[in-house]
Amino acid sequence: MLEISNLSKTFKLSKEAKKQLRQTSQDVRHQGNSFKALSDVSFSCSAGQVLGLLGPNGAGKTTTLRILASSILPDSGQILINGENVLHKSILAKRKIGFLSSKTGLYARLTAQENIEYFAKLHGMSKKAIAEQGALLYQQLGIEDYLHRRIDTLSSGMHQKVSIARAVIHQPDVLVLDEPTTGLDIMATETILNFIQQQKELGRPVIFSTHHMDEVSYLADKVAIIDQGRTCFEGSIHSLQEQTHADDLRAAFMAVLTSNKEVA
Amino acid sequence: MWQVYFKELLELARDKKTLFFIIALPIIIFPVLFGFMALVIVNVAIDEQKKVLDYAIINGDKAPEFNQAMIYHRDFKKVDLEFIDEQAIHDAISTNKVNLVLKIPDDFSLLSTKEKQAHWVIYFNNASQMNSVKQKVNKVFDTYVKDLRLEHLAELGLSIEKYELLKTPIKLESIDTADQRENFGEKVGGFIPYMLIILCLTGAMYPAIDLGAGEKERGTLETLLLTPIARLSLVLGKFLTIMTTSITTALITVSSLVFWSYLIGKITEVKQVSEIMAAVGLADVILMVLMLVPISAIFAALVLAISIYARSYKEAQNYMGPLTMVTFMPVMVVMLPGISLDSFWAFVPVSNVALAIKEILKGTIEASTVFYIFSSTAVFALFALWFCSHWFKKEAVLFR
Repeated sequence: MLEISNLSKTFKLSKEAKKQLRQTSQDVRHQGNSFKALSDVSFSCSAGQVLGLLGPNGAGKTTTLRILASSILPDSGQILINGENVLHKSILAKRKIGFLSSKTGLYARLTAQENIEYFAKLHGMSKKAIAEQGALLYQQLGIEDYLHRRIDTLSSGMHQKVSIARAVIHQPDVLVLDEPTTGLDIMATETILNFIQQQKELGRPVIFSTHHMDEVSYLADKVAIIDQGRTCFEGSIHSLQEQTHADDLRAAFMAVLTSNKEVA
Repeated sequence: MWQVYFKELLELARDKKTLFFIIALPIIIFPVLFGFMALVIVNVAIDEQKKVLDYAIINGDKAPEFNQAMIYHRDFKKVDLEFIDEQAIHDAISTNKVNLVLKIPDDFSLLSTKEKQAHWVIYFNNASQMNSVKQKVNKVFDTYVKDLRLEHLAELGLSIEKYELLKTPIKLESIDTADQRENFGEKVGGFIPYMLIILCLTGAMYPAIDLGAGEKERGTLETLLLTPIARLSLVLGKFLTIMTTSITTALITVSSLVFWSYLIGKITEVKQVSEIMAAVGLADVILMVLMLVPISAIFAALVLAISIYARSYKEAQNYMGPLTMVTFMPVMVVMLPGISLDSFWAFVPVSNVALAIKEILKGTIEASTVFYIFSSTAVFALFALWFCSHWFKKEAVLFR
């Protein structure tokens, strides 16, 4: 079970970023030398549940996921994994979370196996545990044939499978995916969607941010919509459609954003 | 930390660009380049020596013996030209009609040289770096003047020994107390640390760009930051990798140069080369390598900090340019005349190591000086590493 409550984060802006913001948007979160990326983000995801994190570009999805993955620290808020607050325990949080994005983040000059094992070692896994867990994953993902090939010789679909193995080799409690299918072809997308389905069946909470509504409809048990740095909806797809009187998820999402703008 | 270190080394070892810069360039390219340059210079020098010079002589009939000697000399070919004024002489040389013109004064005769010094003039273009005109003419001219001198001395009833005595009543002999090694150290001792230190920097730069900005650009840094490895361990792993490549580059280059110098010394039978190399013993080499360790650490920390700040590979390359300029200055200082290792320079980073290497080569370094320099440079290196580690923890730097 993952529970996130009242996350806030303000970034100091560089001169360059300030100039860019002034030219491109009239975002109310921009104040002087700072930008309040998150002001109040809260949602939760139970075991075996898939949560689709939705929001327009710049809403704060990536910042939320980066905080969740302990890459950056929030100014305030709480992150509970199975009841334990991991906010200021970044090492513990990183052990409990598996992270995947469309950027595979693999080392091109290493082989698939070297990549997976390197990250496993960084997670503190023993050689025996790596061998056992690795054998299981390689078979599940069907990557045994190209384990010894360098990453720069593999296709994008193969990259994604290796990246998945890299993200879950340490058997995380929670899985976080940041726009995992962006820019991928149909086959690679299919691999990701099947993987999410498998993780759900394994009873892991899965949080994934995306712009693809069809993927959310297909996989998610619930959605959280973030706009202008705050959660403006959290609940099931059914309740979202009911609340907005919309026929489909896309229309419901647009209705939430419109109403949020009116309130702001 | 060691997992990061070994993985980075493995990745660099599989990178053709790194292998080229760290191994191939010093082992093959430098000797090939130096060898090619030496070959070109030797060939030009041989051609210059073999070259037959076209010359014209004004009033050659006034010095018939000299005139004859020039005509029959294999290095010269006489061209008959008349010159109305001095400008005509300049024109003849600039238009390559002749290589040189010799002008004997109108009033010259052998008799006149007994009363007053004659004044001959040689015109030639001395702009070329390799010019043997004067050297070749001097061979003929000196023989002619020597014969003339002997003739005059005989008439005066003086022996050549008496003439030498009159010319130089007291001879001042100089004895150099510096041995061959000290002289060598003083003359080339500025160049070797310059080369070593710059190589340490260049050996650190490419891997640093790859390990910092390169990782950012490829998206692997963010994945790495998701692992439960302490930020300090990550920095240390990367820092040690860069330091290793930095020292390796310097060592491979020096080994390559020592090997080629030894080989050239053997082939050309230049005794001094092997003598100097024998004088600079293993202990001195170890001491030099030891001095390079903290300097490599400073460079590794600085280039890693710069690289991690940059958003892309290209941006990191742009930042490295000014760093190279800043490093050149303290190293160049060592080559200036009058700069020696004193209490002030012993605490100036980079310069102190360059000066220490020079003293090691001369064989005049003191153990206490080595200790001071090593300690002060190590403190500076630790500060640079602390800064790099601090830099690595800043969100504004990592997620620019």
